[in-house]
Amino acid sequence: MLAASALPAPMIWAQEIKDVTLRQFGTGVSNLNEVAQKVKEDLGFTLEMTALDSDSVTQRAATQPDSFDIADIEYWICKKVWPTGNLQAMDTSKIKNYDKIIGIFKDGKLTPESVIAQGTAPHTVGFVEGPDSKAFAKEQTQWMTLIPTIYNADTLGIRPDLIGRPITSWTELLNPEFKGKASLLDISSIGIMDMAMVCEAMGEIKYGDKGNMTKEEIDKTIAIFTEAKKNGQFRAFWKSFDESVNLMASGEVVIQSMWSPAITAVKTRGIPCVYQPLKEGYRSWGGGIGLSKSLNGIALDAAYEYINWYLSGWVGGFLMRQGYYSAVPETSKEHMTPNEWGYWFEGKPAAEDIANPFGDVMAKAGESRDGGSFYDRMGAVACWNSVMDENQYMVRKWNEFIAA
Amino acid sequence: MKSAKSETLKGWALALPLLVVLLGFLLLPIVMITIVSFWQATEFSIIPAFSLENYEFLFGSSVTYKVFWATFRYALITWALTLLIGFTVAYYLAFHIRSSNVQTILFLVCTIPFLTSNIIRMISWIPFLGRNGIANQTLIGMGVINEPLEWLLYSDFSVILAFVHLYTLFMIVPIFNTMMRIDRSLIEAARDNGASGRQILTNVILPLSKPGIMIGTIFVLTLVMGDFITVRVMSGSQAANVGRLISNDISLLQYPSASATSVVLLVTVLLIIGTLMRFVNIRKEL
Repeated sequence: MLAASALPAPMIWAQEIKDVTLRQFGTGVSNLNEVAQKVKEDLGFTLEMTALDSDSVTQRAATQPDSFDIADIEYWICKKVWPTGNLQAMDTSKIKNYDKIIGIFKDGKLTPESVIAQGTAPHTVGFVEGPDSKAFAKEQTQWMTLIPTIYNADTLGIRPDLIGRPITSWTELLNPEFKGKASLLDISSIGIMDMAMVCEAMGEIKYGDKGNMTKEEIDKTIAIFTEAKKNGQFRAFWKSFDESVNLMASGEVVIQSMWSPAITAVKTRGIPCVYQPLKEGYRSWGGGIGLSKSLNGIALDAAYEYINWYLSGWVGGFLMRQGYYSAVPETSKEHMTPNEWGYWFEGKPAAEDIANPFGDVMAKAGESRDGGSFYDRMGAVACWNSVMDENQYMVRKWNEFIAA
Repeated sequence: MKSAKSETLKGWALALPLLVVLLGFLLLPIVMITIVSFWQATEFSIIPAFSLENYEFLFGSSVTYKVFWATFRYALITWALTLLIGFTVAYYLAFHIRSSNVQTILFLVCTIPFLTSNIIRMISWIPFLGRNGIANQTLIGMGVINEPLEWLLYSDFSVILAFVHLYTLFMIVPIFNTMMRIDRSLIEAARDNGASGRQILTNVILPLSKPGIMIGTIFVLTLVMGDFITVRVMSGSQAANVGRLISNDISLLQYPSASATSVVLLVTVLLIIGTLMRFVNIRKEL
């Protein structure tokens, strides 16, 4: 874009780009209208957003390449979709803040000492050898599949007021004490990982890679949970965000797999809810922006402009103030108050009330974030959301589990 | 001769729009689904082929039988309850309400819940039946129970309750309709010949209401057997029926496998309806 503005007639370019409309679709977490509005303000072109659930996103990216310009997808979805050839690799030399992107998305390491977690770690599907390559590269290259935008570490949500004692391990999900008051999410690819975290914590199964189980490991995992289901451990399974909020808020469930904005939604109703850090670590996920194969010319230029703007800090701050993390934290810092930065990133007690970008109070003065600082949380990732080689087998077993 | 020919032509012309609609929107999709059910799929692509793999897996898996059985069970229980309630309500409307104005008003009252979406009607049961819901709080307040009843929600009970609530009207309407056509002099004749109220019900009204019962039965059975969202929401995703198997497959891009399940379900439902039709000739009695 620097090159473009250095052209003799920058005005013409600026006029043309105003007519560009980019169609972005993705999961609800980062498909926010505020982002589209800000794009219009800052960059001048139009960004159309469509929010779908992760199954529909995968389906659309894999089967309808002409229906979008920008895909906002998770890394495990990328692993499924990239081989279809519907996305084009991005040239990292055009990404201004590339050097500042956090290590998780480049060499996989948060800090030089970090051990890479199991599952589909973002860096393993983050690069390809060349612009037309369908195979993922083992190391960083000039060609990136997704530009990382958003990520977080997930764990179990609990109702501390109804449990009344400390919870420290994933095993508690199957503790008979919570019989009829536990829940799990009914999205097979993520649910199986939560199951694996529990089975491993119980010492029942030792996995080679929780993110890529063998058939035998899948069988054993599902068997343990089927027995628990038959014994009435679960109140319900949830599939949508709202269901998880209602289960928790109504007291039907006191411990369950949950996503961080759902915790916030329960808390804003004045009901205590904790995103409980557990000693075995977190199940983590990350998302990024991918470009459609059919994007070219000025629309492609606009897309690169959008990506550079995305990483330049405003969106990062907007997402971090909701409890997610930005791929380039240091640019986001400029768009947050020191108090917000301290609470969300450094894990410090809030000096005054913390509000999210929509004005809801997320934490009162003196509270600290569940799980602590960025390095405490992202450093304790045990497994990344993933898609397994035995995915189809796993899905069939999952169906059996639901029907059991 | 000439006029007979043009009459035939006119008949065909009149039937043509319906024929086109049925061919394009009913027959063609079914043919497509049947064809796709023999295809193969990987995680992100569908491969045209002729393979029996989908059916082999379907008939070889114990889940299929379990889920089909669960679907039948829901359909049967719902059918029995909607028939009992539907027949009673229709009987009351048709024979106990004398004024036809009141009849119309009460009949419209029955349809009022249908002014809201069926998803809303279903979901509104959840806060009512929940652990801390109105039902449990009332019962505890009245001292009937000490602990909240867990089986009120996210159970077979709640699934069937929702089904009955959603579909009883489909029983009431056709039964009421046939009852209104029953010649009242037949009932008088029965009474004059000394039949008791019960005898009139079982020997006159019930046999003459059969076409309505049958139409209601077809509605309820097909609606319940084809449902996926009620079972998912009301059982808290803990129970499965055939519709959920299909919707799971679709969400995972397994269209061929979803098609195969759909074909089996379609054939099953058609067989059931075919059998029912043998008992009552709906066309003749309408």
